[in-house]
Amino acid sequence: MTARRIAVAGAGMAGARFAQQLLARTSPGAVEPTLYGAEPDGPYNRTLLAEVLAGRYGGGDVIGLACGPDAVVRTGAEVTAVDPAARTIALADGSAAGYDVLVLATGAEPVLPAVPGLYGPDGGLLGGVHTFRTLADCRRLTEDAGQANGAVVVGGGVLGVGVARALAARGLPVTLVHRGPYLMNRQLDGGAAGMVAAGLTALGVAVRTATHVRALRGTDRVTAVELEGGPALATGLVVFTCGVRPRTRLARAAGLAVREGIVVDDGLATSAPGIHAIGDCAEHRGTVHGRSGPAWAQADALAARLSGADPDARCPGSRPLTRLTAGPLQLAAFGAPDDGAADSLDVLRVADATRGTYKKLVLRGDRLVGAVLVGDLTAVGGLIRVWRRDEPLTADPLDLIRTPS
Amino acid sequence: MTTTDTHCPYCALQCGMGLRTVAPGGVPGAPAVEVVERPGFPVNRGALCGKGQNAAAVLAGAARLSAPLLRDPRTGTLEEASWERALDRVAAGLGDVAARHGREAVGVFGGGGLTNEKAYLLGKFARVVLRTPHIDYNGRFCMSSAAAANRAAFGVDRGLPFPLEDIATAGCVILAGGNPAETMPPALRYFTGMRENGGRLIVVDPRRTRTARHADLHLAPAPGTDLALASGLLHLVIADGLLDREFIADRTTGFEEARAAAMAHWPERVEELTGVPVPRLREAAHLFAEAETGMVLTARGSEQHSKGTDTVRAWINLCLATGKAGRPGSGFGCLTGQGNGQGGREHGQKSDQLPGYRSLTDPRARAHVAGVWGVDPDALPGPGVPGYELLERAGTAGGVRALLVMGSNPVVSAPHASHVTDRLRSLDLLVVSDVVLSETAALADVVLPSAQWAEETGTMTSLEGRVILRRAAVAPPEGVRSDLYVLKELAARLGVGRGFPDEPEEVFEELRRASAGGVADYAGISYARIGAEDGVFWPCPDAAHPGTPRLFLDRFGTPDGRARFAGVVHRPPAEETDARFPLYLTTGRVGSQYQSGAQTRRVPALNAAAPGPFVELHPWLADRLGVGEGQLVAVTSRRGRATAPARITDAIRPDTVFMPFHWPGPGRANTLTNPALDPESRMPEFKVCAVRVERAAEEAPS
Repeated sequence: MTARRIAVAGAGMAGARFAQQLLARTSPGAVEPTLYGAEPDGPYNRTLLAEVLAGRYGGGDVIGLACGPDAVVRTGAEVTAVDPAARTIALADGSAAGYDVLVLATGAEPVLPAVPGLYGPDGGLLGGVHTFRTLADCRRLTEDAGQANGAVVVGGGVLGVGVARALAARGLPVTLVHRGPYLMNRQLDGGAAGMVAAGLTALGVAVRTATHVRALRGTDRVTAVELEGGPALATGLVVFTCGVRPRTRLARAAGLAVREGIVVDDGLATSAPGIHAIGDCAEHRGTVHGRSGPAWAQADALAARLSGADPDARCPGSRPLTRLTAGPLQLAAFGAPDDGAADSLDVLRVADATRGTYKKLVLRGDRLVGAVLVGDLTAVGGLIRVWRRDEPLTADPLDLIRTPS
Repeated sequence: MTTTDTHCPYCALQCGMGLRTVAPGGVPGAPAVEVVERPGFPVNRGALCGKGQNAAAVLAGAARLSAPLLRDPRTGTLEEASWERALDRVAAGLGDVAARHGREAVGVFGGGGLTNEKAYLLGKFARVVLRTPHIDYNGRFCMSSAAAANRAAFGVDRGLPFPLEDIATAGCVILAGGNPAETMPPALRYFTGMRENGGRLIVVDPRRTRTARHADLHLAPAPGTDLALASGLLHLVIADGLLDREFIADRTTGFEEARAAAMAHWPERVEELTGVPVPRLREAAHLFAEAETGMVLTARGSEQHSKGTDTVRAWINLCLATGKAGRPGSGFGCLTGQGNGQGGREHGQKSDQLPGYRSLTDPRARAHVAGVWGVDPDALPGPGVPGYELLERAGTAGGVRALLVMGSNPVVSAPHASHVTDRLRSLDLLVVSDVVLSETAALADVVLPSAQWAEETGTMTSLEGRVILRRAAVAPPEGVRSDLYVLKELAARLGVGRGFPDEPEEVFEELRRASAGGVADYAGISYARIGAEDGVFWPCPDAAHPGTPRLFLDRFGTPDGRARFAGVVHRPPAEETDARFPLYLTTGRVGSQYQSGAQTRRVPALNAAAPGPFVELHPWLADRLGVGEGQLVAVTSRRGRATAPARITDAIRPDTVFMPFHWPGPGRANTLTNPALDPESRMPEFKVCAVRVERAAEEAPS
């Protein structure tokens, strides 16, 4: 029997997990996964990059992920075109390869706002301006941060908060600029976000919400950031953490169905025979998750299918969870953050400004539908359990945040 | 009145105790000895748990078998018979099955409570007399995952690589899936001693057990997630720069695989898998890594899983990465369960092993042991199938059709016990040698009443690798014979007239020679030395060798002397919860009963303390089910249904129920358990399966 050639476009977290699980579930020699990565690095754990920037993980030397013993990883070999009929792919280095099954795990790329002055004379980002998505980004930012006197982080979501805290941990004065009314406004309510902002302030991060970047100044290197409705911030270092979008160009060009992401069914199949998609590039049941948890669940389900271990494995819908542990800054949030929206919801809230803790439960009847913990994560295990399992609550719901897990 | 120095009949601690003869004229039928302290023995220094204190009661006549029993083919009942008739029937039956279906249709199932002499001779009996590959033992249910992991990582499988007393010197101990406060109370002193010396105790258990209450930190992961937990701790050790790089470079190989695997277990993911919050994971990682010395000790809670071997490897990875192995006060250890769980697996009861912890597939090992046995190496059978598979295939095409069970009660102790019971019933011949009419013996065609513990002499090997001597203190009851006698007589009837002595010391002398040069080398150990030295630790290759209390101080037992990291990745339990079976069941022991209860359920004082099965559940769950304390609940898995009274406590996770496994009948926990097997050790997944719990109608007493 010849090995099935499984080509994986992308050597990120989803691709690595898929290969590892596929090989763990097949006998040696049955499949031959090859990962084609655009990045110079092999697979690594992308969720750790902010902590790498903060100085942990030996500067990123130790965050590489395994793909299984028989996987081939080709770095710097982005897949540039797919021919679904011929089952071939073209690579950035000009070569081509055939496949029996193709898995698109192309991930996501940073979104940059349309800001005057963003690009330098060479057409690339202005000197001192960074995105933060890859290990290479992390290395460049680390190097630049060593020369900088301060930094501006643009975008106050989970990644932006983590990056701001990491740069502060490196000793830089940091300003975190966020367009929304408060930090992480997609996951938190104002009270929780206020607690996070206070925590950031204590770590040396100035938080500027409800404003946005109007322009960057500087010719070769950035010198200042102009904010809407405020004075310019002088800085030699700017990091944009304004979200990501799925990388779908390859799929579109190959004629696959793409909406926001590459459309897949519960079996992770795209609209083209022999082609699957998983992870941040995939749109499953109308949602592009852009998180490692659902990405790995998809990778596991596809590996179970393609290995033959469970040919009918289906990817369940995910109930994603937001977690941040950035030094002393800790939070967990899931479900419905906004309690003002529906009057059928009960909200229990315990805020302790002195200890910097904030705990909120959102209930519908006897079910937990959302929660936020800031500062004290002792109860997080029990809350996740009750929410994921949809356990009815019989006792005082406050027991959920009083009981350590 | 004389006092005989001996050891407890129960667990792997093998506490020292004395048996003092009682003046005649007492209560008729009462034991002729009483238990007294033996303060000089180092492991327990006189202390005994309730089981040990009441040990003499198992010698009492009332519950004992006193004559062989043969099943009457006309009435179907067991009737008393002479030894002569019973042994003739067994020999004829074994011979007949072998003649009709081949030698492989005859099997042997041993036990971890048998002495080294019995285990050794049973293995020899299977290979030399029956010439069948099919021998295994209940230690497969107990020790096999830790054994497989120890052998792969360290090249040697000894429960503890150090004496128990070293625990008191450790800076930090992680105790994963063990509850010694209930299961081996005399050992608790070493943990409390460690804490008094400034050390920290971290207990990993989904229940807040009595042991967990002694801990500085209790982590309560969901059942079946210890592998993720251990890997998450390794991740944090790497993230926070707490590696012992010098140790890794000098004394290990394979770190890169372990590192890469640990990166797939980042703290937030591990929190989601286990339910243990990241701050607690970090606290545990730092407590352990920053201590000068440290140990990880696992027990069945971490091991009895379909990924038990990988889980133990993950704990070993943590020890190796932090330099906590092969040094005084540090190391990985397994708290062995059964009395001779250690020795029982060293001398040929295991399907793939020969005495001295030798491999049955190693030509040199086969030649050595065949030489001692006086047979042609080529006449030795190859490896058979591991325990659960042996039982599961019994009576089916390709399975055994005759089975000799010695010192085991799988009707209560095997996973999916109802199925195993059916398989045993389907055999052409089931022979059980036991002390009492166990639930398994009750199914047998022939029951052989055997001598036990204080009635016969023999060696045991404790969880420390300390070979100790139990001495006969009383004569067996009338009509009872020793297992060695049974093997000798059966061998003779089956045409092997030599090589099966029934004198224990004579068997031990042969065992010494058979083990010589093996991993578990007993060559230098003698009854006289054991008596003089409070036991001798193997390996002990010659009479002048002092024995080896501490392994690995200079090198590990692998060919290159280096310990092996492993790249292990969490996987879910074989059975996950779902809408039909939304809760986890985990099983374990209670303080006053032991294993399948064959001994302890016949001791009044122990029954008074732990009279029957129960289902432990959290008050939130009890509220949801509308169940009050003591009310009967039904626990149903894909394999069956069990009922027992509710015991409500907040010391268990709300998604998990617990049942002790000591009882037969409607409350038999193993009716429910999942026989999913570990791919390497073939250990069943006793410690997690999916169940549904409901209030049960109070059933009318039958």
